[in-house]
Amino acid sequence: MKRIAAIVIAILAVSACSSPSSAEPTELVLLTHDSFAVSDATLKTFTAETGISVTVLQGGDAGSLVTQAVLTKDNPTGDVLFGVDNTLLTKALDLFVPYESPALADVNPSLITDPRVTPIDFGDVCLNYDKSAFETVAPPSGLDDLILPAYANMLVVENPATSSPGLAFLLATIAEYGEDGWEDYWTALLANGTVVAPDWETAYYANFTGGGGTGSPIVVSYASSPPAGVIFAEEPIDEALTATVTSNCFRQVEYAGILKDSEAARKLVDFMLSKEFQEDIPLNMFVFPARIDAALPTEFEKYTEVPSNPLTMDPAVIDANRDRWIDEWTQIAVP
Amino acid sequence: MDPDRRSLRWLIAIPTLFLAYFFVYPLVSILWVSLTTGDGRPWAEVLQTARIGRVAWFSVWQATASTILTVTLGLPVAWAFSRFDFPGRRLLRAAMTIPFVMPTVVVAAAFMVLFGRTSAFPLLETVWIILIAHVFYNLAVVVRVVGGMWESVDDRLVQAARTMGANRWKAFRTVTLPLLRPAIAAAGAIVFLFSFTSFGVVLLLGGIRYSTIEVAVWRRYFLLDLQGAATLAVIQLIGVTAVLTVYARWQRKRQTQQSVRAGRLPAPIGWKQRTIVFGIIGLALIAELGPLVTLVLRSFTTADGFGFSNYTALTAPDSAFLVTPATAIGNSLQFGLASMALAVFVGGLASIVIAARRNSTWFDTLLMLPLGTSAVTIGFGFVIALDWPIDLRTSVLLVPIAHALVAIPFVVRTTVPVLASIRNHLREAAATLGASPRQVLRKIDFPIAAKALAAGGGLAFAVSLGEFGATSFIARPNAPTLPVAIFRFLARPAEASFGKAMAMSTILMLVTAVVILAIDGYRAGDL
Repeated sequence: MKRIAAIVIAILAVSACSSPSSAEPTELVLLTHDSFAVSDATLKTFTAETGISVTVLQGGDAGSLVTQAVLTKDNPTGDVLFGVDNTLLTKALDLFVPYESPALADVNPSLITDPRVTPIDFGDVCLNYDKSAFETVAPPSGLDDLILPAYANMLVVENPATSSPGLAFLLATIAEYGEDGWEDYWTALLANGTVVAPDWETAYYANFTGGGGTGSPIVVSYASSPPAGVIFAEEPIDEALTATVTSNCFRQVEYAGILKDSEAARKLVDFMLSKEFQEDIPLNMFVFPARIDAALPTEFEKYTEVPSNPLTMDPAVIDANRDRWIDEWTQIAVP
Repeated sequence: MDPDRRSLRWLIAIPTLFLAYFFVYPLVSILWVSLTTGDGRPWAEVLQTARIGRVAWFSVWQATASTILTVTLGLPVAWAFSRFDFPGRRLLRAAMTIPFVMPTVVVAAAFMVLFGRTSAFPLLETVWIILIAHVFYNLAVVVRVVGGMWESVDDRLVQAARTMGANRWKAFRTVTLPLLRPAIAAAGAIVFLFSFTSFGVVLLLGGIRYSTIEVAVWRRYFLLDLQGAATLAVIQLIGVTAVLTVYARWQRKRQTQQSVRAGRLPAPIGWKQRTIVFGIIGLALIAELGPLVTLVLRSFTTADGFGFSNYTALTAPDSAFLVTPATAIGNSLQFGLASMALAVFVGGLASIVIAARRNSTWFDTLLMLPLGTSAVTIGFGFVIALDWPIDLRTSVLLVPIAHALVAIPFVVRTTVPVLASIRNHLREAAATLGASPRQVLRKIDFPIAAKALAAGGGLAFAVSLGEFGATSFIARPNAPTLPVAIFRFLARPAEASFGKAMAMSTILMLVTAVVILAIDGYRAGDL
């Protein structure tokens, strides 16, 4: 027994010594979701410039990430969190220490929302279509077309109760048709032979003909999906096989926020808005940089465009109504 | 004579402490926090939103149906593999374990080809596809758990019954079946828990119509509704505890003892027996590996026909977060070995206690509970609880610990029936000859249990190899396992990424078969 007690005391002593001191940290933990990716060299540049090393911890999908952060509010597992988007933002705002980076001056002003979070990138959830299916017929021009007989049995969407782009698409329809109209729209949409997939992977690879699946030539995906298809093609191709419908897209903005304030944490947020980091974003995470002057890769210039007039919604409105909307949607989809 | 009470107390301490700290403490913490930080909605309202009645009923009935189907179909396969020796037996049995480790997202891709809207059997989004997938996933559990027991059934007993005029069926019913009953119940309990808490299969194949409690819990978390999620998780926990308690009591009453068979298995004799044995094995292999063949074929399909380009493309990582297959295999093997060692150690100790004590229902139930607890709930529990006394929340050690929690029940369920069936005569004889309780354990119980421990260890390894949900949650990004790596490829919107994911899946299948074969080989060489 004595030996066990001694071991326990030793462990406690070691952990007490390793607990954070008041000195400026030289190691940061960046909490993020499992879609986070950067080039190998980018984080090394940050370490070389500042002497601060960054450990990236991925905590599942964006929802799990935010839930974990909320649960560990009193003793965060990281210094900086990246990856909370506008559909989840309100529940997370209290976690963050206000910080306004000087680099915000170069950021698209429409993305800035609250001093506690810093916009890093955005992605537009848009209809994508398989070009080969629309050689003789015109592709849909927006949400209105999808309930027409001409586009019957063509669309696959993701379940908004289980998928982030699915939720964004539901929000797009609510933003477009309003509280009074969206339920009728969905009733018509489902009656027109729309398939509901559980997640984006299933929708894109199993159902969408442009992703190798069968059945649906139109899918709810991202504006950046067509260039991704070109970049990852096995054989170099010079034409994208899929294209984006740029009207009625829903804009998802991803934010970073400081959980444990320090000069180092602020430097990391600044770095995430630096040109180097911002220009690394498109080819790693397939979203668009928040910085206006960040150059886009040629594939992005060529095979997609940033929707000029995306649908958006106030994060507080989303937060107040999301559960109810999803429940109502489920009643329509599963009577 | 049982190992004496004093040493049992020590043996029970390690598994109890392990589960108390890594399971009960995180679970209680997360449930407490979630239920107390909610917005104060009454339970009734929470339950109504989640349509709990419908969800709970579906969870129960589909799990019952899946268990009956899996055990019924698994028994003949277990018989063929455990009663006869034939060339390639170990290899084929190892191959049978492959589906058990495949990530749901990959299996779902195969099932969509086979059962999609344009196929001959358009079963997608029906309850049939859920039942089929559960049988597909869990058949290996029956084959290994029941097979592990069946191998040691003394056929002199059956011969005696036959000599006394019983026909084959009667001999099976009155002699073999009672001997196997603990193992069948053990396998059934595992299959039931797996199906009851089924997540990926229901979510990906069942469409939006079907939901288990586990899926409902996850959906509430997705909506950041902690209170709703925790309420549902508690209901699931109550259900699982009830089932496990009934099982543990029943199991205790049905313990049988037998002398253990040794020696080599016979080859099937005569064309009739050969046809039956190889027919069963052939059908089982087609059912278990057939769906996976479509994935293997897909991994060799490239833009210009047939080739290895999906595989060669894997060796060129383009981002810090995509690793080469070699790295992912290395990570998976390390986590797998660590989890297996931990599960065999903790589960082995626990098995000795359960087999020796008559009144340890609570302990037996506690050991099984992690298998029936919502994985996402435990994951969040880790995150809020394990910063005391030392901060383990971001430690890489959490991966094998989380895997071991789920793997321990497999070790216990394969080992207890065998340990409990050892005749006390053997132990008494050893004790009479002067062996201490410790020596009895070492010389009698361990050698006999080694076979079962290896069978359980193999499943433990497989559990670790295939685990995705908890791993994606706690794995360090620079140490992804094979399933995590597969998922990362699938998260990229390009048809070519799908090919790479399929190549990675094929590698996972190969690694699984090789490792299970090696564990089985150790088991054969050990005895």
